[in-house]
Amino acid sequence: MWLFHKSKYEFIRLRRKAYVVSGVVLALGITGIGLNLVRTGDWQNYGVDFTGGVLVQIRFHQETTDSELRQALGGVNAPPITRFGQDNEFVVRAPITEESDLDAVAADIAAQVAATYGSDAFEIVRRESVGAKVGEELQGQAAMAILFSFVLTLLYIAIRFEIRFGVAAIIATAHDILITLGVLALFRVEISLPTVAAILTILGYSLNDTIVVFDRIRENLNKRGGRREDPYRLVNRSINETLPRTVLTSGTTLAVLLSLLILGGAVIRPFTLVLILGVLIGTYSSIFIASPALLEIQKRYGTADPREKERKRAARRAAAV
Amino acid sequence: MLKSFRGRIIVIVLAVGFSGWYLWTRDLKLGLDLQGGMHLVLEIDDPNGTFTGERRDSLTDQALKILRTRIDEFGVEEPIIQKRGSDRIIVELAGLDDEGRAKQIINRQAFLEWKLVLPVTEVQDALPRLDRAIVMALGEDSVKALGAETQVQETEELSPELLLFPETDDTAQAGDTAGAEAAPETEAAADSASQEEEEDLFRPFTALLMTGGFDDKGRMVSYNIDVADVEKATIYLALDEFQRALPRDVSLQWAMDTVPQGGRFYRELFVLEEDAYLTGDQLQDASATRDPQFNQPEVLFELNRRGGRVFEQVTTAAMNERIAIVLDEEVVSAPVVEGRIRNRGSIKMQGAQMSEAADLALVLRAGALPVPLRIMEERTVGPSLGQDSIDQGQIAGIVGIVLVIAIMMLYYRAAGMLAVVALGIYLLLVLGGLSAMGATLTLPGIAGLILSIGMAVDANVLIFERIREELEARRAPRTAVDEGFGNAVSAIVDANITTLITGLILFQFGTGPVRGFAVTLCIGIVASFFSAMYVTRTLFLMYLSRKRGSDPISV
Repeated sequence: MWLFHKSKYEFIRLRRKAYVVSGVVLALGITGIGLNLVRTGDWQNYGVDFTGGVLVQIRFHQETTDSELRQALGGVNAPPITRFGQDNEFVVRAPITEESDLDAVAADIAAQVAATYGSDAFEIVRRESVGAKVGEELQGQAAMAILFSFVLTLLYIAIRFEIRFGVAAIIATAHDILITLGVLALFRVEISLPTVAAILTILGYSLNDTIVVFDRIRENLNKRGGRREDPYRLVNRSINETLPRTVLTSGTTLAVLLSLLILGGAVIRPFTLVLILGVLIGTYSSIFIASPALLEIQKRYGTADPREKERKRAARRAAAV
Repeated sequence: MLKSFRGRIIVIVLAVGFSGWYLWTRDLKLGLDLQGGMHLVLEIDDPNGTFTGERRDSLTDQALKILRTRIDEFGVEEPIIQKRGSDRIIVELAGLDDEGRAKQIINRQAFLEWKLVLPVTEVQDALPRLDRAIVMALGEDSVKALGAETQVQETEELSPELLLFPETDDTAQAGDTAGAEAAPETEAAADSASQEEEEDLFRPFTALLMTGGFDDKGRMVSYNIDVADVEKATIYLALDEFQRALPRDVSLQWAMDTVPQGGRFYRELFVLEEDAYLTGDQLQDASATRDPQFNQPEVLFELNRRGGRVFEQVTTAAMNERIAIVLDEEVVSAPVVEGRIRNRGSIKMQGAQMSEAADLALVLRAGALPVPLRIMEERTVGPSLGQDSIDQGQIAGIVGIVLVIAIMMLYYRAAGMLAVVALGIYLLLVLGGLSAMGATLTLPGIAGLILSIGMAVDANVLIFERIREELEARRAPRTAVDEGFGNAVSAIVDANITTLITGLILFQFGTGPVRGFAVTLCIGIVASFFSAMYVTRTLFLMYLSRKRGSDPISV
C-alpha cells in the first residue's frame, strides 16, 4: 500500500485560499476571546490552577442532578457546578480571595453537601486548592515556557537550516498556537496545567511536521539544479513528496489520540481534545502556512543563495553603467 | 553473515536487559493522580513581609527538616519532601487513608509553651482602658454595628437560660454561672435594660466577659465568653491599640476547646504571664496514653535536665495555682499544681480521639516549626478516582498500541513487522528508563508516552518511505536500505531535537503533572531515536541477510 504516492496536488496555488481560511478561523477565535473578556473579564476560561480557587469533585452513590446539587450549595449563589464524566459525579469550583482559608472553603462545600444528602451519600474523590498567588505565578510561568521554546527553536533551525526557515517555522507555530487558543476561548475549554502541556505539545508536533517538509525542501535545494528551479515548483514538489509520510504519521497519531479520547476517561478528555485539534492544525499548517511563509519571505527579502545574490548585484551594476 | 551485526545485537540485548531489569526490580512508580494521594505546596506564613529573603531561606530549611522527621514518624511510604525555590516546600504523600490527619501533622506549628496563669485581678483595673481603646480604634459606629448582631442574640439567649436554671437539677453549677454573670457586670452596669445597652457601647469588651475558671486558692483566672461572641472578641484582641492597653507582661489567650455549661457553650479566655518560663525545645520525649482514671487520652511529656529544673522551681512556687500549657497560641490545658513536678508531666485532652493525642505527641517529639506555614496549593486524589484512571488509561493505551500495530502491518507488511518489534523494544526502553530515573508515571505522563509512540512511528515511517523511494529508483535492496536510512536521518534528528527542546523547557517551567508529561516525552524521544536508527536498522540488516542480493524486499 502506498497512499498519495506521486501525488501532484497544487498546494502552493491554494495558499491564498488557505490564508483566508486561517484568517476566518483566527477572527472567530479573537471574537471568542473578546466575548470572554466582556463576559468574565478573563480572555480564557482559566481553571483553578491559574486563578487560584478550590475544586472539589464529588461522587454520589445515589442519583442526583445538577439543579439538586445547586440547591444544596446555596441556589443562585452556588459556585459553578459541572457534570464530570459519569452521571453521578460533579465538579464544584469555588472562587477564593487573597485571604481565604483554602481548607475552610473546601470543608464548607463538603458540609453543605452533607447537610442535604447525608454524609454517607457521597465521596470526595478529588480536591484541588490553589492559592491566588500561586495561580498568578503559574500564568507567568506558562507564558515564559512558550516564549523560551520559541526562541530556542528559532535558534536551532537557523543553525541547522537557514534563518528564513526558522522564521517560517515560528510563523507556522505561532499560527497554530493562536488558532488553538482562539478555539479554546470560543468553546470555553478550561485552561489547566495539563491544557498548557497540551498546547506546548502542539508546538512540538507542529514543528515536527514542518521540519520534515523543510528537510525535503533543503534536500531538493541542495540537489543539482535545485537552486535554479522555480522556488514555487520546488516547494510544491517537496510537499507532495512528503505527503505519504504526513498522512500516515498524522493518521496513526490521530488513531492513538482517538482511542485515548473515547476510552481514556474524563480526566484526560480536555487534554486529548486539545491534542487532536493540535495534530489537525499542525498538519494543515506545515503544508499551507509554513511552506508558503518560506516563499513569501524569500520573495520579499530575496534569496539566500550567494550565487544568486552575486548575479543580481552584477545585473544591477550592469544597469547602472 | 551474522558476524557483521553481532555487535549491534549485543548492544540491543544489553539495553533491553537493563530496562527489563530496572522494571523488574523497582516497580514503575505511579503518580498521585493515578494511585491517589496528596500534593501540598507550603510557604512560610509571613503576610507582612517581615523576613528578608535570606532569613526565609534558612527558616524554610529548618521547617523542611522538621517536616521530614514528622512525616517519617507518621509512616507514609516513600514520601517526597522537597524545597522548591528558596522559600517553598513540596510534600507528596501517596496512598493516604486520612488526608485531614496528615495535613494536621504537616501544617501544625506545634510551638509549645508553659506559662503562669494569673488571677483576673491583674487585668480588672485595665478593663475600662481596654474598652476605650476598642472604641477609639474602631470608631463608635463599627462597634455598634458589631454589637448589633450579637445584642439581639444575647437578649434572646439570656432569657431562656435564666428560665431554665431553676428547673435544672444541677443547681450548684447554675448558681455558679449565675453568680459569674453577676460578678463583672454589677461593677459598672446600670439597672435598666436600655441604659445597659447604651453602656455596652462603651464597654464592648467587658460586656462579653463572664465568670470563668478558678484555681485552688479560690482566685478566678479566666473569663468565659459565649461562643457566639468569640469572633467579635477575637477582633478586639487582635487590635494593636488593645494589646498596647493591656498591663505590662500580661497576655490574654484562648482555650483550645469550648466548654459546655448550663446548655450553652463557652470558650475560656485565660489571663497569662506573657513570657513563657518553658518552651517545647526543652522537651525530651512525648508519648500518648490513656489516663487510667477517666480513660481519656493524654500526652505524657518528659523534659530535659534543664527544663526539669525550671519546672521544679515553678511548680514549687505555684502550688495550688494553675499553669497553662499553650500550643500555637492556644491553651490546651491548664491544670492545677497539686505537687512538685520535675521533668515529667501530662497534657490532658478531654473529649479528644486517641489518634489526636498520638498526633500531638508525634509533632511534639519532632519539634516545632520555626514559623507557621501556610498551604499555598493542595491537590488530593482519592484512591477510587485514581483506580478508574488507571483502568481507563490502560485500556486506551492497549487499544492505541493495537491500532498502531495494525496500521503498520497493513501498510508496510514485512517491514511493518520489523517496525512493530522495534516499537515494542522502544516501549520497554521508555518504561525501563522511567523507573531507572525514579520518575513517576502520571496521567499526562501516559499521554506523553502515547504521543512519543507517535514520534517513534513517525521515525519508522520516514525511513520506510525513503527506502521505497530508493527501491523505486531501481536501487538494489541493500543499497536502498542504506540510502533510505541515510536520507531520513536529518529529518529525524531535527524533528527529535526540536521536540526535545520543548520537552526540556516544559520540565524546567512545569510543576507537578506537566513535569510528568515532560519527563516521559524526553525519555520517549531519546528511546524513539535509538529504536528507529539502531533497532530498526539492525532488524533490517538481519532481514536482508536471509535473502540473496537481488531478492525483492517487502516495504
